Amino acid sequence: MNSIKLWFRKGDPWVWLNGGAVAISVVMVVGLLLLVAFRGLSHFWPHTIIEGTYHEADGSTYTLIGEVADEEWVAASRVRGTGVAIPEDVKVVQRMLIKTGNRDVTGLDFRWLVADKLTNVSTPEELMVVERREWGNFYGYLTAMKENGQVVATGAEALPALDARLERALDLSDAIHDIENKDIGAINYQVERLRLKERRLELEGELTDAVRMELDAERAALDAEYQTLKADLDQLNVEISRDSLVATTMSGVEKEIPLKLVVQYKQPNKMSLFEKIGDYFHQLWLFLSDDPREANTEGGVFPAIFGTVLMVILMSVIVTPFGVIAAVYLREYAKQGPLTRTIRVAVNNLAGVPSIVYGVFGLGFFVYFLGGSLDALFYPEAAPSPVFGTPGLMWASITLALLTLPVVIVATEEGLTRIPKSLREGSLALGATKFETITKVILPMSSPAMMTGLILAIARAAGEVAPLMLVGVVKLAPSLPLDGNFPYLHLERKFMHLGFHIYDVGFQSPNVEAARPLVYATAALLVLVIVILNLTAIMIRNRLREKYRSLEN
Amino acid sequence: MAPFCHQKVLGLESMESTSEALFGVSAERLTKMRRYRKLKDQVAAKAISAGGVGVIFAICLIFFYLLYEVLPLFLPASMEERSSLTHYQVEDPYFTVLEEQGQVALAVDKVRGPVFYNARSGELVEQPQLPVDQPITAFSKDAPGTRSFALGFADGSVLIQKPSYHIEYGATTQDKTVVPSITYPLGEEPISVLEGEAVAHLAYRESGDRVRIVAANAAGELFMKDFAKTESFLSDEVELEEIDRVQLPSASGTLNKVLLSLDQRWLFLVENQRRVEVMDLRNPVADMRVDIAEVVSGDTRITVSDFLLGGFSLLLADTQGVISQWFVTYNEANAPHLVKVRSLTLEEGTPITTLQTEHRRKGFIAGDAAGNVGLFNTTAEREVKDEKISAEPIRWIAMSPRGDSVLFKAQQEAPRNFYIHNEHPEVSWHSMWNKVWYERYEEPTFTWQSSSASNDFEPKFSLMPLTFGTMKAAFYAMLVAVPLAICGAIYTAYFMAPSLRTKVKPTIELMEAMPTVILGFLAGLWLAPLVEAHLAGVTSILVLTPIFIITAAFLWSRLPREISTRVPDGYVPVILIPVVVLAGALSMWLSDPIEMAFFNGSMRDWVSHDLGIDFDQRNSLVVGLAMGFAVIPTIFSITEDAIFAVPKGLTQGSLALGATPWQTLVRVVMPTASPGIFSALMIGLGRAVGETMIVLMATGNTPIMDMNIFEGLRTLSANIAVEMPEAEVDSTHFRILFLSGLVLFIFTFMVNTTAEVVRQRLREKYGSL
Repeated sequence: MNSIKLWFRKGDPWVWLNGGAVAISVVMVVGLLLLVAFRGLSHFWPHTIIEGTYHEADGSTYTLIGEVADEEWVAASRVRGTGVAIPEDVKVVQRMLIKTGNRDVTGLDFRWLVADKLTNVSTPEELMVVERREWGNFYGYLTAMKENGQVVATGAEALPALDARLERALDLSDAIHDIENKDIGAINYQVERLRLKERRLELEGELTDAVRMELDAERAALDAEYQTLKADLDQLNVEISRDSLVATTMSGVEKEIPLKLVVQYKQPNKMSLFEKIGDYFHQLWLFLSDDPREANTEGGVFPAIFGTVLMVILMSVIVTPFGVIAAVYLREYAKQGPLTRTIRVAVNNLAGVPSIVYGVFGLGFFVYFLGGSLDALFYPEAAPSPVFGTPGLMWASITLALLTLPVVIVATEEGLTRIPKSLREGSLALGATKFETITKVILPMSSPAMMTGLILAIARAAGEVAPLMLVGVVKLAPSLPLDGNFPYLHLERKFMHLGFHIYDVGFQSPNVEAARPLVYATAALLVLVIVILNLTAIMIRNRLREKYRSLEN
Repeated sequence: MAPFCHQKVLGLESMESTSEALFGVSAERLTKMRRYRKLKDQVAAKAISAGGVGVIFAICLIFFYLLYEVLPLFLPASMEERSSLTHYQVEDPYFTVLEEQGQVALAVDKVRGPVFYNARSGELVEQPQLPVDQPITAFSKDAPGTRSFALGFADGSVLIQKPSYHIEYGATTQDKTVVPSITYPLGEEPISVLEGEAVAHLAYRESGDRVRIVAANAAGELFMKDFAKTESFLSDEVELEEIDRVQLPSASGTLNKVLLSLDQRWLFLVENQRRVEVMDLRNPVADMRVDIAEVVSGDTRITVSDFLLGGFSLLLADTQGVISQWFVTYNEANAPHLVKVRSLTLEEGTPITTLQTEHRRKGFIAGDAAGNVGLFNTTAEREVKDEKISAEPIRWIAMSPRGDSVLFKAQQEAPRNFYIHNEHPEVSWHSMWNKVWYERYEEPTFTWQSSSASNDFEPKFSLMPLTFGTMKAAFYAMLVAVPLAICGAIYTAYFMAPSLRTKVKPTIELMEAMPTVILGFLAGLWLAPLVEAHLAGVTSILVLTPIFIITAAFLWSRLPREISTRVPDGYVPVILIPVVVLAGALSMWLSDPIEMAFFNGSMRDWVSHDLGIDFDQRNSLVVGLAMGFAVIPTIFSITEDAIFAVPKGLTQGSLALGATPWQTLVRVVMPTASPGIFSALMIGLGRAVGETMIVLMATGNTPIMDMNIFEGLRTLSANIAVEMPEAEVDSTHFRILFLSGLVLFIFTFMVNTTAEVVRQRLREKYGSL
């Protein structure tokens, strides 16, 4: 007993508790990363489809086909409340969330079931999951292939027929997508530009009949071009509607699915491990490179990645020169006194100002004030619809540049202070001017510090969502801010962002259950990007320290 | 070396040759280059200074711009006289009102009926013929938005009229002429209400297809008539069908005015200039009279009475210059009664002579016997502006629906047209930070409710629930973060082996870079359901983890030395990681059995049913955990630096004197590092207060004031994120959101500056040691 008292008096338990805090923190960080990584990356693995017989509470049974999406143990009393008969001695029961898909047939694509009531579970190899452009996944057995409504293949022949015809349909679909988005999009864009040009000339009073005729001629040319494209498109649409597949659902209903609605199909129960790995990476690639579908709950996140990257690049282009200039001014040119010290503290503190405040400022000052003025000065023809007077890519980049400015300034200044005085004095003694010393000696030497600052700024900007919600991010942007139409980079456009995508799909989506795996995947992607950026920054910082340690000695 | 030095002191000629020899350029060229370099240097210095100052200026701009957007909220209104209506000829109007554009005024004259005249000059524009040749004896107006009004005649009939304005455009869109006319929304035929007796007082309301008219005769007998209105599809013809005719209880005093609430339920009778009788028209006739309130005391008399926008609150102005707001509410016995909500004073002791309510806001303009006029807002309980515009009593006031054009008529003078700039009357310091008694509420409350579908909605801009929510979220976050971060930092800085420290520190600092949207998403979609389903498990983690750690420590101290020395000093966290994981796993595993055994299967239900505590799935506990997670690295990092920076001499001295490491830590290291820890806490608090995404996603965003850990909250920052995109630019709502941004800015800036100053002091203090 005495020894315990002594042990406590020595303070060992408290030391251990402190150590425990470190352990808890580390467990939390690592656990969080693992959770996101596991949930996010497991989404692409081809899940086994099960078939079984489910016994309803009223004694009836039905065949169930689907993927197991989640499992949990719950108190039996809660399940009894829903009318399911559970023996009295059972305290907890296992519940399964089954994704049954076929939203167009059954109305719901997920259902919670009591595991005990599901019997005869098997995994037939012929079971097929079809990923569709509408109505989510389809689960069932392929029975036949149709061409123009006529059955062309049934039974074992159906599958090879499906492969060949699906390939054709996907090619056609790509062609249609190209025409619709690229060619017709370009024509629409040019027509809009002509309209604005006409309006502008009209406002300036220079719209003569000659000009008007010229414009009309251009418009007619575009219209002719559009008509040919339209004809092509109609032709393609007819062709793509040719084939369809017929499959039976779990309730035995025959469902005909036109191939133009099919993205891909697979029979996961038939796949070997090797095939599954191949499919995994294929799905991962589709996720990274595809456009979102079905209100962002399916498909990929390519526009969000693109928007995030573009916004971050623009932000870096803005923040780097300004941050470096401000740091050089504060460290090399400003008189070191109370005022400079105050400014330094203030700049430092700005890093702690909530990001939403920057969003509010960006919306009020950049979007409404500057944007509104720009519109009034340069885009009178677009009125009343705003060009820059509405949230967009440019304002988002500038707002985030302002947000990350303190990070760059602080990091660069730190780099500048680390440079030994002797180097600076040596350069000056050799006759270099101050500016030459800065550009030729000091800045190159502090470039790793600047890089650190920039990388930290990028990491912060990539993960920041709150201000972007006010200054330019949307849940679904109709077109990318960078495309083939002059002037190629459309700074006034709204864009998509990975972080906002997570918020939007996870919290604003009508079908959160279906979207959840996708949100985890997006989160994993974002975490990965940010962890990599931060690790790079830490690495650069450490190398920088080593470099100067040798210099100082 | 020596010959070179020697050459330097030679004459110009030889120097020239030297420079040629040395650099291959002539001295002239060299001078030029030097001049160019000097110029470049100077230009660069100027440019960099300008750039640097510019960047710093841009940063200051944030503060000033926010202030610039917020300031109009607190500026008083302004008034500017535009013209005098010299051609004004109306004798004695019941009521005057301006139309939307402020060009034409409609007066309802006591003799002539409706008269339209120019609101700038007073010239007659139009005088529609009355279809009745009876003397007008009473008048009543409907809700401001509907514009219609009723005239009562000597033969007991009532006629409903409505002005209609048609805009004719001239050459440009700026050039518009308003052409007024009178329409008859219920037909040109007068409706008979009092058979043959003159209508002395009249109240009229039309809503949807129901029309209710209450009329009083000279004796104070009250009659109510209800009509159903049917509009024919083909034409604008309206058919009225009488549903009911009731004789109401008679007034118990001399009737001054009859007022019918917008919902046609409450009838207010202002009597004897000193009391108000309240009737509930839904009751049977015998039980209609529900309250008689003496609304003034002593010699004070009621001079003017009218409804506030919304037709629910009564405004009563008296001879003491006080305007009070009253409405019906229910007392403990659930009986309706009239209560005084607030009172506003124009000028103490000077009787109010007239009062005009605003058409789109809960405000009014009052005029008194000394020629003062005042603009008021009831929600904000604020006098926005007052001015003495005449030496004579104000007779009447007319207002345009937008509230920007106003006519004032003093006793003997011609009416005068004023432009009023009154953008944000509904906000005051009081209404943002104090309890406000809103319409239809039983008592004063702190409420945030910025918008609603209805037009006569009273916006409720109390920042208290949001500030409270912000503080509550920050409090729970700090509750989670502070112990973990500070204890962790103490161990890392003071006890941990250096090789481990270089790995642990970046790991925890990596948390800081974690996008908060991911933390928020996990909190809302993963943690919140988990906590709800395994509340017992989550609670037992809090108890089990420390017990497990202490037990592990004790067991470790009992291990034979050969085993325990195999793990070097300062590797405690590595030993504890499996213990912590085990404690967590065990708690979760025990969760269901515990809930089964003690809480009848579900602790969540037990909390909400047996304890009677409201339980939201996305609650403060979840926010505390998630935001605590986000704040840990900030506090950890700065605390760790502060403790690590404590001079080694101090600790070594203490240890040399025989103190144990723990004693040294508590008595020597912690006091020395305490300012640094304080600044870490401040910066952590600043981060918790401003965090947006986590609270947005992990709470239900309900602006309530309740410390309950199982209920949600709404913070200032989340409120901005939710409402800013929908707020109308430059509206009061918009500016209040800016104000909350400014509050956040100032708060975090001050907290951070304090922290920074403390930290710098600390640095200076120990820099010498």
